[in-house]
Amino acid sequence: MAESEIMEQGRESKEGLPFWLVGFFLLIVLPLLNVLPGAESPLHVSDFTLNLFGKFLAFAILALGLDLIWGYTGILSLGHGVFFGLGAYAIGMHMMLSIGTESVYGSALPDFMVWNQVKDLPLFWKPFHSAWLAVAAAILVPTAFAAIFGFLAFRSRIKGVYFSIITQALALSAWLVFNRNETNLGGTNGLTDFKTLFGLRLSEPGTQRALYVATVFCLGAAYLLCRWIIKSRTGKVLVAIRDSEQRVLFSGYSPANYKLFVFVVSAALAGLAGALYVPQVGIITPAQIGVLPSIEMVIWVAVGGRGTLAGAVLGAVGVNLGRSILTNHFPELWPFFLGGLFIAVVLFFPDGCVGLLRKLGGGWPSRKAGNGLDKPLAASDPR
Amino acid sequence: MNGVIQDDEQVRATAERGSIIYLEGVTVDFDGFKALRDLNFIVNYHELRVVIGPNGAGKTTLLDVISGKAKPQSGRVIFGRDQDLLPLRENQIAALGIGRKFQTPSVYSNLSVWENLELSVKRASKGVFATLWAKATREETERIESGLVTIGLKDKRGVRAGALSHGEKQWLEIGMVLLQDPALLLVDEPVAGMTDQETEQTGQLLLSLADKHSIIVIEHDMEFVRQIARTVTVLHEGTVLCEGPVEQIQSDPRVMEIYLGRKKEKKEDAAAR
Repeated sequence: MAESEIMEQGRESKEGLPFWLVGFFLLIVLPLLNVLPGAESPLHVSDFTLNLFGKFLAFAILALGLDLIWGYTGILSLGHGVFFGLGAYAIGMHMMLSIGTESVYGSALPDFMVWNQVKDLPLFWKPFHSAWLAVAAAILVPTAFAAIFGFLAFRSRIKGVYFSIITQALALSAWLVFNRNETNLGGTNGLTDFKTLFGLRLSEPGTQRALYVATVFCLGAAYLLCRWIIKSRTGKVLVAIRDSEQRVLFSGYSPANYKLFVFVVSAALAGLAGALYVPQVGIITPAQIGVLPSIEMVIWVAVGGRGTLAGAVLGAVGVNLGRSILTNHFPELWPFFLGGLFIAVVLFFPDGCVGLLRKLGGGWPSRKAGNGLDKPLAASDPR
Repeated sequence: MNGVIQDDEQVRATAERGSIIYLEGVTVDFDGFKALRDLNFIVNYHELRVVIGPNGAGKTTLLDVISGKAKPQSGRVIFGRDQDLLPLRENQIAALGIGRKFQTPSVYSNLSVWENLELSVKRASKGVFATLWAKATREETERIESGLVTIGLKDKRGVRAGALSHGEKQWLEIGMVLLQDPALLLVDEPVAGMTDQETEQTGQLLLSLADKHSIIVIEHDMEFVRQIARTVTVLHEGTVLCEGPVEQIQSDPRVMEIYLGRKKEKKEDAAAR
């Protein structure tokens, strides 16, 4: 028996230090570098950069949830953009209402409603006058939606590629619904032109800094939540479902309930990510929640390394950073780069960056993921 | 089949006295193909029963019906005194105390041997939230330890299950099923692909378990059948062809015939029964 096949038991303790180091850097160092040095200092982090990182870290929260369901449980969801969108639109709707009469048309109604000749605020918009209700809805609406959708799908034992396809269909239909003017969510143009959140002006750098810090806190909490889940016995059942769902079922567990649980948790994280994303970016449109963004989210996790939480965060930040840089300098190359990256991951480093780093470091990833999208492992087992 | 079961009343009385699993008139129809036809099958407490039969005889379907994976179109399946299994799902049947070992070893490749066993141990609740907060109790730890000794994997507790040899995976899965503390063990071709020595050891393992559990083993390997069998049931085309001690079965001309070739009409087979 090769030494490397012995599963490392003490790995958790080593994870603690990087977590606090990264946390310290994101929470203290970056904001301080934004506030303290003058703009001419080489160490200065501009408002723009800090805001950019806030956006990436919001994506990282979503990637954690996606990794939980795909990396650990082996269920590929191609519809997480929808849950992200539900969270984003919930906060967006509140911010639209809080614009009040500062809008272009000077009406209390959102501009697009004036444009579409809607006379009264639709009933489903009314609760979003309250900021706290909107925050709650940003998490609870995607949660409830995932609970219903997941219940139907998993009870009917829809698995593997079939599940992926129906989640993709979900993303497509959500995109179609949100695009319609009759839905009263701003149609193709989405929601934008936000002014305030919790009474703070979004144009102020201080507000953006606060949003950034809130995002870092949420990411830390999401990471700890996911870590707690995967270290628990339930987390082991999730990996067991990926390895042999039949065995799990015949061991007295109901895999459908476990899958529903992890699907709902990941949807809630996606909703939270959407809620943090919108006020930092200032716009949400159907184009950000459809089929393509949903696939891109999967690529973040694949590139970073599925089956490791650090990999999900790394992938979300890394790919989006790459996109920011490349689209600035060579905008036409980005789609090719993204596609090439995905092919490279599938062909050459199926465990993503984290797997690659571990291999270079001599360690063998103990939670090794294989090449297959939803059925890893068995074929690649060294015997 | 009336030759075997004369009277429903009498059968039910027997069921209540000593059978752990009782199938009556079970028919499983897969889109016109009758995998089981009007099957009657009874195993008593503390019995080790071997089921043999040519391919397509319905052996695995029999285990599917007992473990809830296949639902019959007609018939009754009773576990113990009066537990009807037909309305239950697989995990509920497992929780009642019916453990199943699959033909191809199914273990959790990316978990350690220990974790594989840990997930299998019988617990009051295997729901999501109970499992989320579950901590290993001392009793569980002891049971896993003794399970490791039983299946001979004591020194490999920390090894990723995917890295085990084929035979070790088979034993690990047997160990996992044992830790569910089943009253009835269903074992599908346990020695397929094993070396002679592994086969021998597996036979001894099953024999040692037969004191405490009722076991149904499906097997093709006749040498292995001779090693472990007390009573053998021969399935043919979805019904019981004959049943009896292994020597008697081996010398039964009908059994030789279905294994060596089918000279007679199939209908005659059924009639002869």
